Amino acid sequence: MTPRGRISLSAAIWLLLGLAYFLIPLLATLLVSLRSDQTAKCCTFANYAYILDDPEFWRTIKLSFIVALETIALTLVLLVPTVYWVHLKVPRLRPLIGFLALVPFVVAPIILVVGLLDVYRGTPQWFYGEPYGFLVAAYVILAFPYMYFSLDTGFRSIDVHTLTEASQSLGAGWPTTLLRVILPNIRAAALAGSFLTLAIVMGEYTIASLSQFNVFSVYVQYINQNKANPAAAVTLLSFGITWAAMLALLFVGRGRQPTAAQGAG
Amino acid sequence: MAALELKQLTRRFADVTALDGIDLAVASGEFVSFLGPSGCGKTTALRLIAGFDRPSSGRIEIDGKDITGTPPNRRDIGMVFQAYSLFPNMTAERNVEFGLRVRKQSRAERAMRARELLELVGLADAAKRYPHQLSGGMQQRVALARALAIEPRLLLLDEPLSALDAKVRVQLREEIRRIQTRLGITTIYVTHDQEEALSISDRVAVLSKGRIEQVGTPAEIYGSPATPFVAQFVGTMNRVESIVSLTETGKVMADGSQLDVEAARGRRPGERVLLLVRPETVELQAAADGGHVGSVVSHTFLGSVTRVRVVAGDSEWTADLSGERAAALPVGSRVAIRFPAASAKLLSLDDAEPFEALPDDL
Repeated sequence: MTPRGRISLSAAIWLLLGLAYFLIPLLATLLVSLRSDQTAKCCTFANYAYILDDPEFWRTIKLSFIVALETIALTLVLLVPTVYWVHLKVPRLRPLIGFLALVPFVVAPIILVVGLLDVYRGTPQWFYGEPYGFLVAAYVILAFPYMYFSLDTGFRSIDVHTLTEASQSLGAGWPTTLLRVILPNIRAAALAGSFLTLAIVMGEYTIASLSQFNVFSVYVQYINQNKANPAAAVTLLSFGITWAAMLALLFVGRGRQPTAAQGAG
Repeated sequence: MAALELKQLTRRFADVTALDGIDLAVASGEFVSFLGPSGCGKTTALRLIAGFDRPSSGRIEIDGKDITGTPPNRRDIGMVFQAYSLFPNMTAERNVEFGLRVRKQSRAERAMRARELLELVGLADAAKRYPHQLSGGMQQRVALARALAIEPRLLLLDEPLSALDAKVRVQLREEIRRIQTRLGITTIYVTHDQEEALSISDRVAVLSKGRIEQVGTPAEIYGSPATPFVAQFVGTMNRVESIVSLTETGKVMADGSQLDVEAARGRRPGERVLLLVRPETVELQAAADGGHVGSVVSHTFLGSVTRVRVVAGDSEWTADLSGERAAALPVGSRVAIRFPAASAKLLSLDDAEPFEALPDDL
């Protein structure tokens, strides 16, 4: 018997193994990042200084972050009303949309980007030539399954019909119902989808590289090829920055209200 | 002018007619229940009135104004749902205020009105609690307060007590009636529970297969059912197929016995009728000599009374007797069945549709 609050030996071993699996690569990366690029000796922060002094680092991370936020915003605007409507009015379309959402998994990014470059050829330069246009459009496709399945789960956990009808009978129109009643109750799901989208966009390389946008992942790859030790530093930095961004999103998404448990008991 | 008027209201789904041209006028301040088994159209009717669904044909008027095409958020109708209708992200107070926020009332006005209504439903000290922190009964009280906050022209209740346990149900239904009477708000209450409908309504509309079978006061519905369906659905009723035999003295023939029934006077001799007798009016006499005789087949203890089942010929009778009287008539004993001649009702079977038996658990 395991006393309350204590972990059994086997559980502890598995936990440690799991932690080691994730932490050892990080630790190794940390050690490499602390070695001097010239002498290969420990320990110096020169690699971090090098990266932080590089204006290209700041430019690309800012660019990737803005592209990520834009992708999240666009995906939410497209999908929240869609998933809401499907749950409310045409639930029989759910399997179809679930199937469509799997397509971005099936089509490899390399194929996707070739197709998209072709499809969008001839669109205005402000769209085709800008990461805020073309790249975001491509990332919305990549984010679709993550956001859709998160939202679908969220909508299934609330009584969409009753909440909508209650709101309407009290005089609310569609926008008020969506913003004041539905959205706050699927916030956790929308946040989860947003985190996933953020992580994907920050790390996406194939599409950005092939469409020749110099975003953060392309920068990391460039450093990787040319300078081994600063590459370790930039990897850890991007890891930390992505986490910080997620925390910030969580903080913003929670808003003023306390987190109420979902569903009335 | 009626507060609410339904005119030939019809709703068809693909191949099913859920509501088949119902007409009903509800007076201002009246409490009307729609009573019927599941699938009878009562909820369809309510959803049409609320505006969540559009009728296939017919009209809905409130205070003489046609609202058939008005969207639900412009109807000024308060609604209480079966369950889980409170907004989980808002406190009880915020839930009650919601309709007023939509109407752009000031914060002070909203707060005052919310407090007033939460007090009315007895939940003034739960104002800051979230729905998941409230019991089912409390949630429904908040839902009632929320529906009333907007001062609706009409209050609709869609089986609001069906998810609650028996004791809370009785308590809350009395409270709903008290609040309704106090505010004088016109109310439509949908339920499949006849006891609920009979105990709190001014009038009850019994629905079956998309049609109104009968509209009347609870006493009329219970005492003088207009159709075989109402007779069976509302309360327990002895139903015995009979033939009108003597029209001057008032007798019917059932299972080979002549029974005195005042309602048989003036009817056509030989008419096929359904004889309706409430179990509480039936008397059983031991060791019978003549009359309508049967034998006791079972006793069911119901608390205040014991229900005794008697088989006489092809028909079965039930009688509600006091425990003491029932004990004197053990299973197997032969008894004579009597009932006051004035208490029995007759329904003609000649022009009625073939009568289908309903399952017992309705």
